[in-house]
Amino acid sequence: MLTALILTLAGLGLLAALAVPLARFAWAGLAMHGGCLLASVVLAGCGLAVLLAGALPVQALPIGVPALVAVDALSAWFLLLLGLAGSCSALFGLSHPLVAPRLLAAYPLFLAGMALTLIAADGFTLVLGFEAMSIASWVLVAADHAQAENRRAARRYLAFALLSGICLVPAIGLLGGVAGDLSFAGIRAAPPQGWVAVAVLALVVVGAGAKAGLVPLHNWLPLAHPAAPSHVSALMSAAMTKVAIYVLARLLLDLSGPAQPLWWGVPLLVLGAASAVLGALRANLEENAKTLLACSTIENIGLICIGLGLAACFRAADLGVLAGLAAGAALLHALNHAMFKSLLFLGMGEVAHAAASRRLDRLGGLIHAMPWTAGAVLVGVAAAASLPPLSGFASEWLLLQALLAAWRVGDLAFQVLGVAVVAAAALAAALAAAAMVRLFGLVFLGRPRTPRAAGAVDGPMPARLALLLPAGLTILFGLLPGTLLGLAEGAVQVLLPFGVAERSGFAMVRVGDGGARYWPLALTLLLAVVGGAIWWLVRRRAPAGVARGPAWDCGFIAPPQHLPFGDPVTQPSAAGFGQPLRRMLGGSLLAAHESVVMPRPGDPAPARLTSGYADPSEAWLLAPLARWRDALAVWAEKLRDLPLTATLMLPFGTLVALLALAAWLEAR
Amino acid sequence: MAWLAAILTQILHLALVLAAAPLVVGGIRWLKARMQGRIGASPLQPLRDFLKLLRKRPVLADNASWISQAAPYAGATVALAALVLVPSFARGMALAPLADLVLIAGLLAAGRVALALAGMDAGTAFGGLGASREMSFAALAEPALLLVALVLAMLAGSTGLETIGALFQDGSLGLRVSLGLALVALLAVAVAENARIPVDNPATHLELTMVHEAMILEASGRHLALWEAASALRLTLWLALIAAIFFPFGTAPVGFAPLGWAVGIGAWVAKMALLCLALAAFESAIAKMRVFRVPEFLGAALLLGLLAALLLFLSTRLA
Repeated sequence: MLTALILTLAGLGLLAALAVPLARFAWAGLAMHGGCLLASVVLAGCGLAVLLAGALPVQALPIGVPALVAVDALSAWFLLLLGLAGSCSALFGLSHPLVAPRLLAAYPLFLAGMALTLIAADGFTLVLGFEAMSIASWVLVAADHAQAENRRAARRYLAFALLSGICLVPAIGLLGGVAGDLSFAGIRAAPPQGWVAVAVLALVVVGAGAKAGLVPLHNWLPLAHPAAPSHVSALMSAAMTKVAIYVLARLLLDLSGPAQPLWWGVPLLVLGAASAVLGALRANLEENAKTLLACSTIENIGLICIGLGLAACFRAADLGVLAGLAAGAALLHALNHAMFKSLLFLGMGEVAHAAASRRLDRLGGLIHAMPWTAGAVLVGVAAAASLPPLSGFASEWLLLQALLAAWRVGDLAFQVLGVAVVAAAALAAALAAAAMVRLFGLVFLGRPRTPRAAGAVDGPMPARLALLLPAGLTILFGLLPGTLLGLAEGAVQVLLPFGVAERSGFAMVRVGDGGARYWPLALTLLLAVVGGAIWWLVRRRAPAGVARGPAWDCGFIAPPQHLPFGDPVTQPSAAGFGQPLRRMLGGSLLAAHESVVMPRPGDPAPARLTSGYADPSEAWLLAPLARWRDALAVWAEKLRDLPLTATLMLPFGTLVALLALAAWLEAR
Repeated sequence: MAWLAAILTQILHLALVLAAAPLVVGGIRWLKARMQGRIGASPLQPLRDFLKLLRKRPVLADNASWISQAAPYAGATVALAALVLVPSFARGMALAPLADLVLIAGLLAAGRVALALAGMDAGTAFGGLGASREMSFAALAEPALLLVALVLAMLAGSTGLETIGALFQDGSLGLRVSLGLALVALLAVAVAENARIPVDNPATHLELTMVHEAMILEASGRHLALWEAASALRLTLWLALIAAIFFPFGTAPVGFAPLGWAVGIGAWVAKMALLCLALAAFESAIAKMRVFRVPEFLGAALLLGLLAALLLFLSTRLA
């Protein structure tokens, strides 16, 4: 089966190589997306097969350099996720294919890079795949580089991708140790200790966290996702951030060994909570649909990181069942988020194609014009708002249950932290619900705000399938979290080597023995019975049908002839809908401000309302970094004016310093 | 035999809460009228209104979609489904294994989302205003609720209502400061979630400060009837939840016990009546606050929840 995977990767590479010469044919886009669809199905199939049948042994890649690949349960879980997200994205691509040759080449490479990262069995291959993924996705982010804002997004994206590489390569080097054995088996045999462990933790959290979009390194997501084509942003948000999560889990929880102390998970826990709240709050303020979804991705990545951090802490405190619960919740939420976020990004892509805008203030009323898209997106919105019985609720239920048990770790400081994280996670979930209501309500409900929005239609068949497939999986995963947890058992055991007690069944999930339980199938049955009974009783007594009339709106008059959909200004706007939250939380978390300039009495000038907010990472991280960069550049400029002797001294000094370092390392 | 008793309890519970829901709303209105020196409508008035509204054909806005037609059913369904899970007069109901505090929070959130979407469907200014305020208030109410759940889960070892109720009835816990704080936090959340004074005024129409009513301005006929029913069910649910967690006295044990059930029903009716009286007295004594003061009110609930959890940590450490 590993051979099949390697052949798939080779096929994707071939597809990328052929894309440039074949791009002049009209069918090139279709062929490329068809090929990627096939590859994604193979990836998902292999992932599922390994989860059911067991791990595949290590094998060397036939590429001339020593590169090892293997698929264990953790890799397989993420391969399944990647395959499913890739299938949805490629299906959408069949309807709205990429055209430029460089994009046709980059898309399969992006997929192959992600798959290679997942099946890597040594540090070198891992970094190789990770960097291929970064560079290919950079090309895709820069797809529409004619616009200045997209160029800015691509530059910012590349800077963060570089940061990831700069941090991950030394992290892998430190894990390999002096012996330099980069294979995962070798690293596991000699896990890092002391300051090396601290350095690895910091480097991996920064390196993989920057790719996943963890606060404070989340800044590229709200820029890059709107810049990329819709199905690429779906794949980036659903799969690429999860690949970063995989790297995080693999390096910190698996390869760094099980004997790490309690604080090992704390950075993930704290940064995850911060990401969850900040992302969800920003999602309530953004006025571009895809930026909003990108911020919601930050929130969900935060929740997944909370789960992983919690698993590490529980593991250190010898609470095996709870550690398994937290890790299972993180893995399940990664899969669920991949599905509903693919769905939402593709749905917004369909909206952007049909209504020619992604700005919430230019859409509206699309539920009439695009019933299929609206129905599918409603499922995604409900799952993202974590409403039972959909998939988002199942994984957040598990995560909250794990968080509610965080006090069992005896340390008082950790207990206090746990309480704060519970509040943050609940706040994030409620904020996400508000953001999703805002998204669906402004885009699909109400009246059209522009003529283009009034003339939208549903997409062609493959695009509809690309929405219906993740919508169906979102419902299915919501009903069967127990089965999925059973499937993820092997992956959890990779992260937590000691045995994890059985805690899930076909129809339910539970928290240890005697703990809380969640039965999604029974709940759905209850909702169906209660809903059916209410419907039957009401319809028996009530007259059939409805009468139609102009909206009541507290007695407002009907709109004039020249405004067929009414004045858009009388509808809630994107900024207006976010105003309560901006006032309640924005001031302290996002430096939101709002001021009204009233003209003097008698002055006919209009009153002016100005409002805005700034992400704290801009002011606290990026602005100082930019200042340092400029100062460094000015300082480096001085090197050009050095006399010849000094210029010669520089490389000599460097050489001596490196030799001294090598000698010191030898001596240790 | 045990399962028969469980099903019988569940059916009795369903009948009891369905009978209680209109009486709770009507009773609170009647009590408030009496406290304010008015005669007030009969406590059965909400039921009469419900039956009257059911007979009327709804009028929908021209551009309203199927959301406006489906959301009332969804809202009433999740409210009733959540209420079915909250124990009233006896433990060991057939659906007791499903009753989980986090799940009930999720069901309430689902009802809230249905209501907010229905409010935005016609594209009117009032509906959107109400929806955005409702969702924003929930953003602070939900963490407070989860912190209360944390306190209860620490004491009972589970968020299952059955386990929590059994532990509190057993009385081994005694009086704890944390529980008092958690009760106050839960009461504040309940006031906000049910759109009661001082967060919202259930008796107003056409006022800029309203939240809940603003979202159902466009609803009429059976849709309005269902929304009113959903809000009555939700109020009953919150009162029943508070009674089940903090005042579990007299609740009948698991199994077939007709005498215990009679006592349990009597105790439950008394508890609900007392809670209604307290709510009516509170609402009569206090003025509605400005909308942008509500975050402070809910923030206080959140802090009380935090304090409750911290005190519990310290007390378990000292003990």
